[in-house]
Amino acid sequence: MATILTVDDSPSIRQMIKLVLGPAGHAVVEAGDGSEGLSKAKAQNFDLVITDLNMPVMNGMQMIKALRALPSFVGIPIVFLTTESDDAVKQEAKAAGATGWITKPFKPEQLLAVVAKLVRA
Amino acid sequence: MELDPTEIFRQEAAELLDSLETVLLDLGQTPQDRDLIDAAFRALHTIKGSGAMFGFDRVAAFTHDFETAFDLIRKGRIDANRDIVTVSLSAKDYIRTLIEDPDSTDPIIGEAIVEELHRLIGVSDGAVGKATAIEAAPETAAAASGWRIEIAFEPGILRNGTNPLALLDDLRALGTCRVEAVLDDVPELDALDPASCLITWTVALEAPCTVDEIEDVFMFVRDEMKLVIAPLGADEPVAELIPEPVAEQSAPPARVVTAPTEAAAPAEKPVAEKVEIARRSDDKTSSVRVQAERLDELMDRVGELVIAQARLSQIANSSHDLAIKAIAEEIERLASGLRDTTMGVRMVPMGSLFSRFRRLVHDLSRDLGKPVDFVTVGEDTEMDKTMIERLADPLVHLIRNAIDHGIESADRRGQTAKSATGRIELAARYVGAQVLVTVQDDGAGLDTARIRAKAEENGLIQPGANLSEHEIHQFLFHPGFSTAKTISALSGRGVGMDVVKRTIEAMRGTIDLTTIPGHGSSVTLRLPLTLAIIDGLLIRVGEGRYIIPLSAVEECIELTAADEARAKGRSFLNVRGELVPFLRLRELFDADGEADPHQKVIVTSIGDTRVGLVVDQIIGSHQTVIKSLSKLHSDVTMFSGATILGDGSAALIMDVAQLVTLGQTRAESDRAPEAA
Repeated sequence: MATILTVDDSPSIRQMIKLVLGPAGHAVVEAGDGSEGLSKAKAQNFDLVITDLNMPVMNGMQMIKALRALPSFVGIPIVFLTTESDDAVKQEAKAAGATGWITKPFKPEQLLAVVAKLVRA
Repeated sequence: MELDPTEIFRQEAAELLDSLETVLLDLGQTPQDRDLIDAAFRALHTIKGSGAMFGFDRVAAFTHDFETAFDLIRKGRIDANRDIVTVSLSAKDYIRTLIEDPDSTDPIIGEAIVEELHRLIGVSDGAVGKATAIEAAPETAAAASGWRIEIAFEPGILRNGTNPLALLDDLRALGTCRVEAVLDDVPELDALDPASCLITWTVALEAPCTVDEIEDVFMFVRDEMKLVIAPLGADEPVAELIPEPVAEQSAPPARVVTAPTEAAAPAEKPVAEKVEIARRSDDKTSSVRVQAERLDELMDRVGELVIAQARLSQIANSSHDLAIKAIAEEIERLASGLRDTTMGVRMVPMGSLFSRFRRLVHDLSRDLGKPVDFVTVGEDTEMDKTMIERLADPLVHLIRNAIDHGIESADRRGQTAKSATGRIELAARYVGAQVLVTVQDDGAGLDTARIRAKAEENGLIQPGANLSEHEIHQFLFHPGFSTAKTISALSGRGVGMDVVKRTIEAMRGTIDLTTIPGHGSSVTLRLPLTLAIIDGLLIRVGEGRYIIPLSAVEECIELTAADEARAKGRSFLNVRGELVPFLRLRELFDADGEADPHQKVIVTSIGDTRVGLVVDQIIGSHQTVIKSLSKLHSDVTMFSGATILGDGSAALIMDVAQLVTLGQTRAESDRAPEAA
C-alpha cells in the first residue's frame, strides 16, 4: 500500500516496525541514522517517514528540517518516536516540520493506528 | 527469515553496552568531551526506549535515572566526573545482567546503584525526573447527542504532512457528519498558494461521543489550529482550543511555493511525479548478522571443497584431456578465491577485544592504587573470530601481570624520573601472514637475578650454570613458576605464564619476552591469521609426505656435497655468511629407502631463530586444511596437525616452533665440545 521510511539507530525498533507494517501491506525501507534517511529519501518517494530523534551522525530533528526543505517532501507526513513526555521536544519537532508523534513504548496497534491516520490509500 | 525483534534487541543491547563501556572509560579521561556525553546519553536512551518496547521493564525503569543524569550532564546542569563514570560502569554491568539473566540479580543491587548516583549528582531519592508522564487528564465532558465543531487550521499545516480531509474522515468515523467548508479566506486563483490551507470547516457531528474523542482526532495538530466544540443546538461552546501563538513555523522556503503547482485543491497531496530512481546501493552501511556456528560450518565445507579440488587437480594432471585440465584449473582458482573470501568473512577487528581490557585496566588500576594509562594501537588489525576469542584469556593474564608486577607503585615511580602514571600499551600489527600482538609496560622490568635464584631453588638449573638472560627469562613459562613475594588476588598463584604459553602455542603461535631493567618489559605474541586453512609447503622425506607452514619458510636451498663436506658431520650450514643449524628429517623420522641424491634444505624461522630442515624433495605449495590430531597423539610434539592430500592420503603438518627449538638444542650440544 504505502512506502514507508523508518529511521532509527536501533535495529530492533526498525525490525519491529517492519514486522508490524510489512504484514499490513506496506513496503518498509530502513535507515540507521538521519543522514542515511535523508539520502534514501532523496532516492525514492515515500508516503510516510517514521523517525527516532536521538541518533548519531544526524539526529532526527536535523533530518526532519532537511526533509521539509526537499520539494518532494512537501505534504508528506513525518512521524517521530519519542520517550519524552516533555512537550518542549514535541513543539521543537513540530516546528521542525513533523506531522505527529508516537510515544515509546508503543504497541503494534498504536503504530498501525497512527499510520492509518496519516496514510490514505 | 525474519528475526525476532526481542533477540535483535538483546544483541543490540549487548553492543550498546560494550560501546557504552568504551565511552564511559574515555569519559573518565576527558570528562568534558561533548561527543562522549552525547554518545553515552544516546546509548542509555536507546536501551531504555527499546527495552520498554520489548518488555524489558526492569531495564527501562533502571536505565531511566541514568538517562536523566546524562541528559542533565548533556545540558550542562551537572558535570561529569570519575565518580559518575564509575557508578555508570556498575550500572552498565547491572543492565547487562538484567537483560541476560534477570533472575540472577536482586533489585536491591540496582537500588543501591541508583542511590549512589543520586548521592553523586546531589538529588534526593526519587526526585530525579521521575517521569512526569502523568498528564493532567482533561475532564471528560458529558456526551451530548451531537456536536457542532468549528475547525480552522494554520495555513502551514499542509506542508508538514497534515491532511485535513483525512481528519474529516476520522470525524466521520465517529458518526454522521455534515461538513461545510468555509471559503471566505481563499483568494483568487492567481493569488492562491496551493500549499496553504485557507479553508475552514464547520462540522455537525451526530454521534453520542465525548469531547475527548473529538479532540483525539486532532491530537497532532491541536497546537496549530482553532477548534471549537459545542453541543448541537447550543450556542455555548464546551471546549474551545485556541493555540498560543505557535513557535516560529519553519519559514516556508521559496522552493516550497514553486513545488506542487499542479495541486488542484489545497487539501490534496502534492502531485509529486513518481520518478523511479534506481535504488542506490548503500553497501557502506549494510551488514548482515550471521550466527557464528554457520560461519564455522561454511569454513568446514570450504575445507572439504579444497580437499576435493586437490583430488580433481591430481586427476587432471595425469589426464590428457585438455578440457578436464582447464576446468580443474578453473575450479582451483575458484576454490582458492572462495577460501580467501570465507576467511575474510570470519575476520573481525581486534578493537572489539581490546576495548574489553580497558575496563580491566580501569578496575585493576583503581584496586591496586596504581594510576595507569592504557594505550591501544592497531585496533583495525583483523583476525579470525575464533582466534580472537581464544586470545582473550592469555591477554587478560598478560595485562594483569603488567599492572601487578610490571608497573611499580606510584611512590616508587616517584623516586625515578618516570611519571607517576604508568603506561601499558596493547598493540597489534600484521607481519606477513601473521599478527604480532604486544603487551608493553613501562615498569621496573624483569628481575633476572631473582628469576635465576628461583630457578636454582626449584632445581631447574645447576647453581652457576652459564645461561643468557633470555634463557633465564624462559623459566617464567615453566609450570608453577612464580617469583611474586606475596600472592595477591590477581596474580602470582602459579597458574600463569605456562598456561598462556600453551594456549598461544595451541594456536600455532609463539610467545616472546623482552625486558629492559628499569624501563619495562614487553611480551610479544606472534599468531597466524587463521586456524582453519593455511598455505603449506608439501615436501617428501623418504616415503612420507609432510607439510611445512609456508609462513615459517624463509627460503629453500640445495644441500650440496660441498656443504656436506664442510659441515664435517656437524649440522651447520653457511647461509650467506651466517651459520644456520639444520636437522636431517630422514634421521628424525627414521625414513626408509634411499636418500635422494639431491637433498634440499628448507630454512624456517620462528622469531629471530632459524633452522634448516633437510628433505628429499620439495613437491610444491599446498592449500592445507588443518585437521587436528586425535587425543591419542596429544604427546606428539613435532606435528601440530594433519591434512588430507589430493590422492586421499594423509600428510602430517610440522610444528616448526618445536623443530626450531630442537635444532637449537642440538646446535648447542654441537657447539659445546667445540668450546671445550
